[in-house]
Amino acid sequence: MTTAKTDEVVTEPTAPEAPSDQRERDRMRRRAARRRGGGWWPYLFLAPWFVGLFGLTIYPMLDSLYLSFTDFDLLSPAKWVGAQNYSRMFHDDPKFWGSVSVTTLYVVVSVPLKLALALAVAVLLNRPLRGLGFYRAAFYLPSLLGGAVAIAIMWRQLFGGDGLFNDFLGWFGIKGQDWISNPDTSVYTLILLAVWQFGTPMVIFLAGLKQLPQDVYEAAAIDGAGVLTRFFRITLPLLTPIVFFNVVLQIIGAFQTFTPAYVVSNGTGGPLDSTMLYSLYLYKKGFTDLEMGYASALAWVLFLVIAVFTAINFIASRYWVHYDD
Amino acid sequence: MSAITQAGSPLKKSPLRKLRELTGPRRILIHTLLIGVALIMLYPLLWMLSSSFKPDTEIFTHPGLIPDKVYPQNYSEGWSGSGNSFSLYITNSLIVTIGAVIGNVISCSLAAYAFARFEFRGKKIWFGLMLGTLMLPMQATLIPQYTLFYNLTWINTVLPLIVPKFLAVDAFFIFLMVQFIRSIPRELDQAAMMDGANPFQIYWKIILPLMRPALVTTTIFTFIWTYDDFFSQLVYLQQNNRFTVPLGLTLFLDQTSGSSYGPMFAMATLALLPTLICFLIFQKRLVEGLATSGMKG
Repeated sequence: MTTAKTDEVVTEPTAPEAPSDQRERDRMRRRAARRRGGGWWPYLFLAPWFVGLFGLTIYPMLDSLYLSFTDFDLLSPAKWVGAQNYSRMFHDDPKFWGSVSVTTLYVVVSVPLKLALALAVAVLLNRPLRGLGFYRAAFYLPSLLGGAVAIAIMWRQLFGGDGLFNDFLGWFGIKGQDWISNPDTSVYTLILLAVWQFGTPMVIFLAGLKQLPQDVYEAAAIDGAGVLTRFFRITLPLLTPIVFFNVVLQIIGAFQTFTPAYVVSNGTGGPLDSTMLYSLYLYKKGFTDLEMGYASALAWVLFLVIAVFTAINFIASRYWVHYDD
Repeated sequence: MSAITQAGSPLKKSPLRKLRELTGPRRILIHTLLIGVALIMLYPLLWMLSSSFKPDTEIFTHPGLIPDKVYPQNYSEGWSGSGNSFSLYITNSLIVTIGAVIGNVISCSLAAYAFARFEFRGKKIWFGLMLGTLMLPMQATLIPQYTLFYNLTWINTVLPLIVPKFLAVDAFFIFLMVQFIRSIPRELDQAAMMDGANPFQIYWKIILPLMRPALVTTTIFTFIWTYDDFFSQLVYLQQNNRFTVPLGLTLFLDQTSGSSYGPMFAMATLALLPTLICFLIFQKRLVEGLATSGMKG
């Protein structure tokens, strides 16, 4: 991915209209080369970004790696404790494992559901259709609002004991319950909230679908391929680069979900730690308990997990992603 | 990623348009399905809006969308109901979002111009690093950043929320702008250079005006994402009088008495308005920006 992009960067520009005068042309070429070489200009333009990259990304990353091997409470200097934070995490912290399993459940259920829905709706919308703009807007809106605290507050009431969801179930004669305060169901309300925001991947799928070559479909139609065959034999294989892109993004995003878990449980991760998503646990360790060394270790584990997942995705993509070019 | 970014504008005339619209039962089926999904998607929002105009006693007993009697007191109660006036939270949110927008527009466009128009040592590596930071979970840098801002005594100020934006930490927008600048013909730069303009003048007089669409997209997304960025605000703003809108809203959560659902819904509805207005005005551009260089979600 990266190489594909950077290759593009160095593409030669189209030569400007060459003046007849040879000397003028040479002078221009030299100036163009000098400017494209750029001297110190590019570094000047990149200066803020360089400061940010080193000061707010690279140095903090290394520092948090160091802090993860210390006992640090912000107020007194960090004290080196070796791998103690990590061994405590793996051997001595049931809450850590609790949040790992809740987060795993959240990621494993919400990402496929969200993407399947996004793809299904995108396929439905990918045709000449009256009201297309309205549908697209209606499906995209929750994605745009979804990160807000206000939405999480709404969700909390929606699935509360006397919330709208139970009224809805009532129509079918099903007696509801308080889905938020039941530890068996609370994380599923968070999953539903994630699925509700399928609009972003849907828009990306839709853009991808519009680029698929139509002649293949015409050929398939002539051969008598049905709707499902066309979807599984043509659409899905051709769309795999975009599926891949969405999978990577959604997994990275899902692992870091924080706001709804915080709001729905009022910052506790409860009931019985059933909404203790990993980011919430990390926040509580770092900023409620001021165990910032331990929180740094948690952060590095999260970082490594996300990196491994992304790497697996990239490696696996060689076997299932179909690139046309 | 490249597959998407190279795909170009999603609004490009699609070959599909040549096909005729569906007719008969299949058309009805599809519309019914889509309207059903849209209704399920939007109903909770409508429910919240309608609840914000109902007295507490009615919210959960009368689930219908039309309140028996409009009860606007929720808004006045909610406005002052959480310790501070909501106008304070709105002001604080405005300061943070406006600062972030200015920072992102300036710093990201500068960096994007360098990446799109210059050759320099290690450019591929830097560009790769920039893309890499897109995937970096912010937790990985959180504690040291917090320590840094703590040592600078910036906690409880808006600085930790604004200053990083001036250092182009939102790589997503750099990427978006690089894509855009590449579509601007280089002949324009070269013509200006022939006239003796230096690279900064080219950036300022040619690139910046021509990349206005990308700057607008950056502005809208930065506004919405900063406005909604609950986590950073929670971490860096700890005193009530520094609270932003999302933090102000969480104060309603502590009032578990159940007697303040109306005001809570009212303020939650109000809090969604800025995003909603942005959406209504810029809907097409948001969807387009997302589709051409889709990220975040």
